[in-house]
Amino acid sequence: MKYIDEYRDPGLVRGLLDAVAIVAAGIDRPVTLMEICGTHTHAIGRYGIRRLLPKNLRLISGPGCPVCVTSIADVDRALYLAGLPDVIFATFGDMLRVPGTDGESLQRLRATGADVRVISSAADAVRFATENPGRQVILMGIGFETTTPTVAAAILSARRRGIENFTVFSVHKTVPQAIGALIDDPEMKIDGFICPGHVSIITGVEAYERIPMAGRAAVITGFEPADVMEGILMILRQIAEGRYEVAIQYARGVKEQGNPRARGVMAEVFEPGDADWRGLGVISGSGLRIRREYEGFDALNRFALPQIHSVEFRGCRCGEILRGVMAPAECHLFMKACTPSNPVGPCMVSSEGTCAAYYKYERSG
Amino acid sequence: MCIAFPGKILTIDKDNFAVIDISGTQREVSLDIVDEPVTVGDYVICHAGYAIQRIDEEVALEKLSFLRELIDNEIY
Repeated sequence: MKYIDEYRDPGLVRGLLDAVAIVAAGIDRPVTLMEICGTHTHAIGRYGIRRLLPKNLRLISGPGCPVCVTSIADVDRALYLAGLPDVIFATFGDMLRVPGTDGESLQRLRATGADVRVISSAADAVRFATENPGRQVILMGIGFETTTPTVAAAILSARRRGIENFTVFSVHKTVPQAIGALIDDPEMKIDGFICPGHVSIITGVEAYERIPMAGRAAVITGFEPADVMEGILMILRQIAEGRYEVAIQYARGVKEQGNPRARGVMAEVFEPGDADWRGLGVISGSGLRIRREYEGFDALNRFALPQIHSVEFRGCRCGEILRGVMAPAECHLFMKACTPSNPVGPCMVSSEGTCAAYYKYERSG
Repeated sequence: MCIAFPGKILTIDKDNFAVIDISGTQREVSLDIVDEPVTVGDYVICHAGYAIQRIDEEVALEKLSFLRELIDNEIY
């Protein structure tokens, strides 16, 4: 398996771990790092990395699971759209079990007759539209910079082919604004950020420039064990030397300038708007809405949405967990009322949610 | 959600779709948003049905051997 096995080599990981221990010992204080991306949270759990780290080094999970940060109001709106007659609602699988108000979910709607289809590519939704000319296909546009260009490309291809029964409900969000909000939050004490590898393939280093400006370390990191270890090592060295910059560990995929073509496709279709993040609240300019030129592909334009009274489940602490100020074990529902087979909050639903990763890999502590 | 995999391009069709091999599994991905020319045999990082970046083999090999050297010589 090229570009995978090499980065799972135990000897390499052990060597990096030794180096981490040496550098961490030289920093004579507790150090807190945040992995922003849910895929990192999952990798850190899966490879048991947390348990291997020196005592003064703490990893906390951030708001980097798009499903988890989708507000309950947006979940409810998705549920409304999916329940409309003659609609095919296409969604990535992660979204299926996310509960809205009163525990309703896409999965439950599907069980009662709604045509909810799980896709693995935005292009699948366009295909449903061509195969079902008499029906409306709505794609749940969810995700960060990694995913948004693929949805934008699907809209462009629908337009090129004159497809009119295809729209997107966009709850897309952008990562740099959320990082800005974390940096500005006085409750947050983060010394360095493990920056998301795949988001950065698109954005490049520019997305993170606020981090070193705020005197924190930033390293764009890959997802294999050797990647994560080296990323942590690079962050610790920045902290030890007091020299902050956005560095790239994941150089086989991430270029400094990112992927300008994908950004161009994204900017052609979407423009910045405000977005409501679960846990972080409304962050101005952190959402992406469909531009007027493409309003024919905007589900919010095609369908009239009523006012929905959305209510969060009481006791759910996903908000605090997404900001990294609370660990899953500190939530009273964790592993009791809230488990992967019966999730209360989105952090337990998505396989990359912080609570799901902790439940699966780190229950013993 | 931002999960992505490295895959090797096996074929490319006229609609700019490629069949790629990801550790023995074959999948079809669109090449519409990769930002440099790719050909059969190249490795690309794929996310949600789209190739999003060509893997720079030279950079990858060079970095890996450099890292091994640092580790082996305990320079880190």
